[in-house]
Amino acid sequence: MNKIFEKGGKLYWLHSTADAFDTFLAVPGTVTRKGSHVRDAVDLKRIIIVALIAAVPAALFGMWNVGYQHQLATGGTGLHIIANWWYGFLRVLPLYIVAYVVGLAIEFGTAQIRGEEVNEGYLMTGFLIPLIVPIDTPLWMLALAVAFATIFGKEVFGGTGMNIWNPALLTRAFLFFSYPNNMSGSACWIKTKAGEQLVDGFTGATPLALDGAAQYSTSFWSEFIGTIPGSVGETSTLCILLGAILLIWTGVASWKIMLSSVAGALFVGFLGQIGGATAIPCWEQLILGGFAFGTVFMATDPVTSAQTECGKWIYGFLIGAICITVRLFNPGYAEGMMLAILLGNTFAPLIDHVVVTLHINRKFKAA
Amino acid sequence: MSQNIVLKKGLNIPITGKADLRVSKAILPGIVAVQPGEFKGLLPRLLVKEGDSVLCGSPVIADKKNADILLTSPVSGKVKEIVRGEKRKLLAVLIETDGEQTCAEFKLESAEKLDSDSIRKAILASGLWPMLIQRPYGVIADPAVKPRDIFCSAYATAPLAADVEFCFADKVKDIQTGVTALSKLTEGAVHISFGPGESALQRITGAEFHTFEGKHPAGNVGVQIASIRPIRKEDIVWTISLDGLAAIGHLFNTGKLCLRRRVAVGGPMVIEPSYVETIPGTPVSVLAPFYGGDAEGLRIISGDVLSGRNVGAEGYVGFFDNQITIMKEGTEREMFGWIRPIRYRQFSTDRCYFSWLMPWRRYDMDTNLHGGPRAFLMNDGYYSKVLPMDIYPIFLAKACLAGDIDKMEKFGIYEVLPEDLAVCEFVDPSKNNIQEMIADGIDLMIKEMA
Repeated sequence: MNKIFEKGGKLYWLHSTADAFDTFLAVPGTVTRKGSHVRDAVDLKRIIIVALIAAVPAALFGMWNVGYQHQLATGGTGLHIIANWWYGFLRVLPLYIVAYVVGLAIEFGTAQIRGEEVNEGYLMTGFLIPLIVPIDTPLWMLALAVAFATIFGKEVFGGTGMNIWNPALLTRAFLFFSYPNNMSGSACWIKTKAGEQLVDGFTGATPLALDGAAQYSTSFWSEFIGTIPGSVGETSTLCILLGAILLIWTGVASWKIMLSSVAGALFVGFLGQIGGATAIPCWEQLILGGFAFGTVFMATDPVTSAQTECGKWIYGFLIGAICITVRLFNPGYAEGMMLAILLGNTFAPLIDHVVVTLHINRKFKAA
Repeated sequence: MSQNIVLKKGLNIPITGKADLRVSKAILPGIVAVQPGEFKGLLPRLLVKEGDSVLCGSPVIADKKNADILLTSPVSGKVKEIVRGEKRKLLAVLIETDGEQTCAEFKLESAEKLDSDSIRKAILASGLWPMLIQRPYGVIADPAVKPRDIFCSAYATAPLAADVEFCFADKVKDIQTGVTALSKLTEGAVHISFGPGESALQRITGAEFHTFEGKHPAGNVGVQIASIRPIRKEDIVWTISLDGLAAIGHLFNTGKLCLRRRVAVGGPMVIEPSYVETIPGTPVSVLAPFYGGDAEGLRIISGDVLSGRNVGAEGYVGFFDNQITIMKEGTEREMFGWIRPIRYRQFSTDRCYFSWLMPWRRYDMDTNLHGGPRAFLMNDGYYSKVLPMDIYPIFLAKACLAGDIDKMEKFGIYEVLPEDLAVCEFVDPSKNNIQEMIADGIDLMIKEMA
């Protein structure tokens, strides 16, 4: 690397930044100094990029859906794939710019202060944040939330790998509790241009927020494919499933967490169904709201999920079960996935502690 | 009693340059080195000075804490130089060989007749005692202790490891005597673990046999102990290599010290990988024909690529090692390496790449780190899938990092040596030095428990 970035050089304060771009372009020529003389070709950059690619279908579809919902709201008809996508792309792009600029600036700065290399983790976080917020979120709010989540959710713990909560979800939680008016209801999911009129009787509320018969007005297919109002990336269960296949195939995310989360959701959903708490069939819970997106991309975050294989089953089940519990029994919140995962993150170390302690007790008893 | 143990977890590193089963050269080097730094737990006290004549088996260095523990010269000749490093730390004693290999005579009765005390004294006097490694901690065995068991692995799974049958089939007699002698030093038994298939060594009597089958590190003695009878707090077991058993047997059979062994010279950069017959302490420079004479840009490792030592072109064959691996220093930068869909030349266990689809391939690996150091990001399960032991490797590594003795004990620090977690270090996408963490943890345990 250029000398001015090295210690004592004029631009040393940009060392971590320069290093990040440098290693982005080419694998560094560093050799092993200690321990194993050969290393696996995989690094975190590769793992993160695969996770990111898995989220691309959901993101692309989400952009199209932003345009589609806008069209529905303003009385348009037809699919208009390119036009709708372009409309959505232009609306989502500012969210991406804000999420990446604010988050990466903090990430690069703290890496420099700590004298470490920049961790790739934020590339994934920044990719997910615009997908889990309403399209109408004001940019300054998003910037504030991203800064809060990155600094207090991650950097104070020591950076990526040390954090307790998923930083992307923390961003959403910050928005949700600080600016509830902008984060729920029926207006925030549709992005309109200034001066546009909504068609009479149109509601942009998500299916989960509707009561009674209105919930049935959305069909299985529109819920599954995702042509419903919602946060940008979470509506299409189909696209999320495509991502899930890639994540499970490559082993980047844990299939155990995904499976047990689905099991937990079905379990509570079924109890609610036979107990009369809801009329929604338990399987339909899986394709509504942020459940699928949270299960596939958020709950499986290797840093904040349970570490032990046995713990993953418990952790996933807990998330699925709490999510549906909130949906069914808490009239204040239409959707429980964000809180369920954050609670799961909180309990993950405890779950691991119990699993490991039991394992150790069993092991030393046997001896 | 015999057990058949199949270990499912593990990883064989598919590296090129496996040595052909032939001895291409028998070497009696002009100079050999006795290096006290190879022996963990030894505080060296020099017993010779420059110009002294030594025989094969003459003491050269003693342990300051226990004067009975000796390092002896593996050749006859003259002490040429005492090499010291910073703060006059003793690095090596160089002995110029006289080419005659005159041996010091140890007058011994047959191992069957001797009692445990005489056997212990004979092994100590010959300088073969440091072959016995104590677990936990991997230090030189304490002669005052009677270990629970003694373990030996006759199953080589390390990358490019020397072939057990080829190296030891004609040493059955010596190994038999070694087993007989050592079985008198333990309360339990001498355990030998074989790989799948027949072995000439299975003719040996007086030892407990086990059969293992699995990928590396299934051949590591530490992993085998954990499957046979794990080490718990207060337990002390010893381990020894087959070379050690053969040398001890040879001592009781002939009364002479002989450390001659077959050493596999392999690795991607080796021209005609094959075996040499030599003694530990041989300068690796005598192996120059194997790498074409120019060591620039090469890494020469005494031991295997996972846990061997980088000795450099000026180094020496290690006391415990029976393989030399030569590979390229991976200083070249790979453009967009991590983002390329397929990196055909690189090996990865991770399914983010595709080498798992081609299990038959072997790779010209180099020493590139393939990434920058990061905090642990992946789950414990990512690492434990290559570790066939009942422990949580990352929990253990983190306990070592934190220096938490209580947790280290619980997570199994007594059962492991750094080499056992070498495969976890290989697969780590965060490029942490897990072996170093474990080694530091063990050092802390030794300090705190002393």
